[in-house]
Amino acid sequence: MLSSNAFVDPGKMKDYHYTGPVEHRFSPYSFNGGTVLAVAGEDFAIVASDTRLSEGYSIHSRDSPKCYKLTDTTVIGCSGFHGDCLTLTKIIDARLKMYKHSNNKTMTSGAIAAMLSTILYGRRFFPYYVYNIIGGLDEHGKGAVYSFDPVGSYQRDTYKAGGSASAMLQPLLDNQIGFKNMEGVQHVPLTQDKAVQLVKDVFISAAERDVYTGDALRVCIITKEGISEQTVPLRKD
Amino acid sequence: YEILECSLSESGYKAPSARKTGTTIAGIVYKDGVILGADTRATDDMVVADKNCMKIHYIAPKIYCCGAGVAADAEITTQIMASNVELHMLNTGRPPLVAMVTRQLKQMLFRYQGHVGSSLIVGGVDVNGAHLYSVYPHGSYDKLPFVTMGSGAAAAVSVFEDRFKPNMGLEKAKQLVRDAITAGILCDLGSGSNVDLCVITEAGVEYLRAYDTPAKKGKREGQYRYEPGTTAVLTKTVTPFSLDVVDESVQFMNRE
Repeated sequence: MLSSNAFVDPGKMKDYHYTGPVEHRFSPYSFNGGTVLAVAGEDFAIVASDTRLSEGYSIHSRDSPKCYKLTDTTVIGCSGFHGDCLTLTKIIDARLKMYKHSNNKTMTSGAIAAMLSTILYGRRFFPYYVYNIIGGLDEHGKGAVYSFDPVGSYQRDTYKAGGSASAMLQPLLDNQIGFKNMEGVQHVPLTQDKAVQLVKDVFISAAERDVYTGDALRVCIITKEGISEQTVPLRKD
Repeated sequence: YEILECSLSESGYKAPSARKTGTTIAGIVYKDGVILGADTRATDDMVVADKNCMKIHYIAPKIYCCGAGVAADAEITTQIMASNVELHMLNTGRPPLVAMVTRQLKQMLFRYQGHVGSSLIVGGVDVNGAHLYSVYPHGSYDKLPFVTMGSGAAAAVSVFEDRFKPNMGLEKAKQLVRDAITAGILCDLGSGSNVDLCVITEAGVEYLRAYDTPAKKGKREGQYRYEPGTTAVLTKTVTPFSLDVVDESVQFMNRE
């Protein structure tokens, strides 16, 4: 019985008793899991991520948050291949400094988003395997969320989920924040407390069904007062 | 007309991927018998399909089997074994031996050349004492005082290698298996939820479902109820059936 698995898909789970021929090709990528979520309010923004770093069926770390502080008013969440996440954030930090030195002002959230798009597209033919979501306050002090694909396509959103459990979270956010698929419900504007509560609840649910999401949740709340952080425990299995 | 999986991929189609259990299963022989342990998570690739499935299957009154690998294969294989064992008991007039179950299992798995993807731990007590076997998908087996299988086997066996001793007492033995399965639940992404134990002795079987729950669901703060009418009703059609009662019969079920 000849096996058809001549070429193994890198990053895909292999059967653990597989013994047929396999063509090994070095893959520069690996998938480290993790889920990121950002919500924009009237005068606040929230960026949240789980803190589990995994590879294959193992856990590398239970305390590796995926939110990185860029400026006093902007936080970026990066999930996907951890190596590229680290390099990309280093590059963004360097570019922020360069901008500050040339233009004598801090980059705004919108400017960072536009810049990130060009950085990502610069690697169009050997992409950064990173799913980015930027959350922060725009020049008018209103909450802003920018979501990206690995090669730099981006748009401004009110809320966005990215990473391994994104397909589980996004429909729930569409319903609870966007009031989609509901009739006769009052469209109340989202308060900061309600948003934080919702973010915590959706991650609790994601941790139930996504094996890559769990351990703990890091929530960064961005307001004109600054960035405050909360850590909430999640399932460790 | 049979369609083999190989011929599907030649035509460019992919057979639907079978649901695996992920799994950590383990067993030890202790002073009075055997203890089998298993986690309760079933995965569909990397999404949890069942948070509380049963992986310790009945084969005979004092022989149970933990199953890892493809969920359907483990379930059906153990059911076939249970059926064969009962027929064998009636044929021979003797209670079954664990070695007999293992031999039938390995003969069947070898015949399927590894395509029946079930890794099993068979444990039980028979007239010759307490026995523990691990059986692999291609048909090989090991007879050992302690065994682990599944994606969490490495995590579980490390606990056994550290603390296993022959002829342990009941409480220490249960604690050891609990700790081994918990290591799999916490350190392996394919395993999770609860620890199930099955203690088999000469006297009988104690099936401890959810013996321990190292991972509990978080408490949600918000309320997510919907008022009636939230889902839009576009059209409504009521078709009444006019039925007459013609005949009535009552049958009592023999519930034991």
